[in-house]
Amino acid sequence: MNSTTEQAPALPEARRVPARAGSKPPGTGPKKRKGKAPQQSFRSRLRRDKQMLLMMVPGVAFLLLFFYIPILGNVIAFQDYQPYLGIGDSLWVGWQNFVELFGNPDFLHAFWNTLYLAAWQLVFLFPVPLVLALIVDSLISTRVRKIFQSIAYLPHFLSWVLVIAFFQQMLGGAGFVNNLLRDWGMDPIPFMTNPETFPLMVVVQMIWKDAGWAMIIFLAALASIDASLYEAAAADGAGRWRRMWHITLPGLRPVIVLLLILRIGDILSVGFEQFILQRDAVGAGAAEVLDTFTYYTGVVGGGWSSGAAAGLAKGVVSALLIYGANKLAHRFGEDGIFAKQAR
Amino acid sequence: MATTLFTRKPRELTYNPKRPVWKEKPSALYQTVKAVVLIVFSISILTPILLVVSTSLADTEQLVKAGGFVLWPERPTFEAYATIFKGPMVLQSLGVSMLITAVGTILALFVTITMAYATSRTVLFGRPVILAVLFTLLFAPGLIPSFLMIRQLGLLDSLWSLILPGIFGAFNFVVMRSFFMNIPGELIESARIDGANDWQILWRIVMPLSKAVIAVVGLFYAVGFWNSFFNALLYINDHSKWPIQLLLRNFVVQGSGAADQLGITTTPPPQSIQMAVVVVALVPILMVYPFLQKHFAKGVITGAVKG
Repeated sequence: MNSTTEQAPALPEARRVPARAGSKPPGTGPKKRKGKAPQQSFRSRLRRDKQMLLMMVPGVAFLLLFFYIPILGNVIAFQDYQPYLGIGDSLWVGWQNFVELFGNPDFLHAFWNTLYLAAWQLVFLFPVPLVLALIVDSLISTRVRKIFQSIAYLPHFLSWVLVIAFFQQMLGGAGFVNNLLRDWGMDPIPFMTNPETFPLMVVVQMIWKDAGWAMIIFLAALASIDASLYEAAAADGAGRWRRMWHITLPGLRPVIVLLLILRIGDILSVGFEQFILQRDAVGAGAAEVLDTFTYYTGVVGGGWSSGAAAGLAKGVVSALLIYGANKLAHRFGEDGIFAKQAR
Repeated sequence: MATTLFTRKPRELTYNPKRPVWKEKPSALYQTVKAVVLIVFSISILTPILLVVSTSLADTEQLVKAGGFVLWPERPTFEAYATIFKGPMVLQSLGVSMLITAVGTILALFVTITMAYATSRTVLFGRPVILAVLFTLLFAPGLIPSFLMIRQLGLLDSLWSLILPGIFGAFNFVVMRSFFMNIPGELIESARIDGANDWQILWRIVMPLSKAVIAVVGLFYAVGFWNSFFNALLYINDHSKWPIQLLLRNFVVQGSGAADQLGITTTPPPQSIQMAVVVVALVPILMVYPFLQKHFAKGVITGAVKG
């Protein structure tokens, strides 16, 4: 519940207003000109905030141009969109694109493949950073800790192109490991091109790139758990595992739930760049997901409307997933997203 | 309280003074498992990087003998680098990447800082509107409509198509905004009483107080621009406008003969040329990494996660 205070130690010391959470009675931010009349007329508020509003112009322009208008652009999913006619003049076809889409085996394949890969990722990807964080948090030596963190965070900042290049050089058909295997007289293993093990490969790549980085949030949450709880538990005779079960995990629960929700909202993206980069090597059978389907149908194939329909279908499912996960989180008494402010 | 622990395991204290009194010494098995996990994870991250750098520096003789890859160059040579910089493509794409990174980061900081400051104080409309907008940013507008928008704006095959879509990131915005919100209101209030307007307050008071977070967010944007590859794949056809990541994808990941396409007659083996291109894309990230780490270690990012 008290997520503000839990996060607080991680904030830079000097800047923190200690009473931030408390100082927010209904609706007031750090409001300027507090002393004045509580509700001025719209026009005088407009005059007062003129410069602030001016500052919003670039950001708002960006959001309109590259976010909200494109969202509206999804209407072409209900059209037979022709580039030379534009959105205004293209024919409206209702649900036809969706009907065709769900009759299209390629799309259905991409759809199930996406869900399949997403499940793999949820099950295998999510626990790794948590386990790493628990191990790192238990280290006594700050030096070992720092060294490991420096190494583990690095891959997050490399592009997917680089990551895939690294994996190819290590595990590719002519890569380092297979060269060694050949030298030892064994058969090379097609790590990178075997469609059957591809989901595993994708997860391994994701762990390589981002598990260390994902650890950072858990570490911050771990650091904010009151050490005296552990001490008291130990005094009462609780061993290592009981302390973890009764103190550590409950302390991490809000963070775990938040990350799960965010992850679930994004899960249908399953790692788009990874697939674009490896689709040629593994084949569309294993590496076709909703996003690649959208790309190849729409941008490459020129089927703008079917592509947009596929993209929209994915967007709607993602939105439902976020909504559902958030609801579920509330049901279990957690904050979820933004609940803190809404309260 | 402590006495029970003392009688149970008296040796703990002498083992490591940093270990809290109540914490029992982990069993040897548990220690080993932890060490193995950490070491294996670290090695798996470092090996590919070492392999690629070494191979790019290795000379022909050693490479041929080792069958394509080396973990340590015995006689390091910069021949591969000299070769890739002879042709125009690598230099050109490096130039493109640097340009979009520089221009993009500056624009992105401008947009993000102004927007974050303007929304960090209650203005005309209040929190609910901003939260609603933030919530919508969890979703994505979709690939096709974004593409059509860029085309509509006439930005296809223009470097602006690589810059503009990236100049505002929801996460960076949230980080920046929650940092600004934690600046004491009294500071801003007193500046206003002294007659400063909002732009002056932002420039003279808020920004100097926020150097650390501006550095982090700027670095995040810069890394993002440097690493962006898919936008270029979507919007750029003209080879002379390829950023380095797209070049890397086409010549290394897609595995077409790097040398001929770079317009080079090759003397160093193709392997080291490919690896040299990889290293060229890698080095800038390695160079800014210490700064990144120094700043996010301060917790700027983690503190704002829940913004």
